[in-house]
Amino acid sequence: MRLEYFQLIDRIIDLNLTDLTIRVEANVPTTSTIFEGHFPGRPLMPGVLLIESMAQASGWLIIGRNRFEKMPFLAAVKEAKLRTFITPGQALVVSAKVMHEGSGFAMTEAEIAVDGKTVCNADLTFRIVDFPKGDFLDNMYAVAKRIDFPLEAQAHG
Amino acid sequence: MPSTFETVANIIAETCDIPRDTIKPESHAIDDLGIDSLDFLDIAFAIDKAFGIKLPLEQWTQEVNDGKASTEQYFVLNNLCARIDDLVAAKGK
Repeated sequence: MRLEYFQLIDRIIDLNLTDLTIRVEANVPTTSTIFEGHFPGRPLMPGVLLIESMAQASGWLIIGRNRFEKMPFLAAVKEAKLRTFITPGQALVVSAKVMHEGSGFAMTEAEIAVDGKTVCNADLTFRIVDFPKGDFLDNMYAVAKRIDFPLEAQAHG
Repeated sequence: MPSTFETVANIIAETCDIPRDTIKPESHAIDDLGIDSLDFLDIAFAIDKAFGIKLPLEQWTQEVNDGKASTEQYFVLNNLCARIDDLVAAKGK
């Protein structure tokens, strides 16, 4: 994770486009300027960034589903539960499953686990729209490579 | 078995916390009931599940944006219900 850059996904562990599930690694850094304020002397991973982590994992799943043809944007967060404190250095596994595919939107259930135990979960809704003009799509491909998105499977799947 | 309108009206009432008795067949979901596009995603989700269909929201939005259709054609509830009935009928073919 590079919190300041909103790079919250380190590596895709598994992307299953049959079951519409994804699992990713997300390692909380040991240091970050964000921890200087959240909180002084008691660094904690902000809950909003945990939710964003679940959104990003869900987003890559949806992008995989639509083969990079459309871009999901987070639209709603429901039933978000932050069950325990997450601290610097912890290794997170973020997983998500598409629960409904509508026309122009999708809903996922996502969770974060530490050592196999669920520490956060939420139901997320995404609007799915055309990629914004410009180099947005190219940038997404660059991120996909960085996080080991299985682009090969996309090309042949 | 409840009518399409009864089912849709109940979904809207529950999803958007709108009093059921204010939801009429002639109500416009956006103009009369004040439902915004985000709330309508929850309604579409519930309708998709209830009727086993997929409301073609993208197509409808495109048609409205292109001036080929009016919002009334899709978002006045009796029109919406007619579209749902058509989709259910098409599914059974």
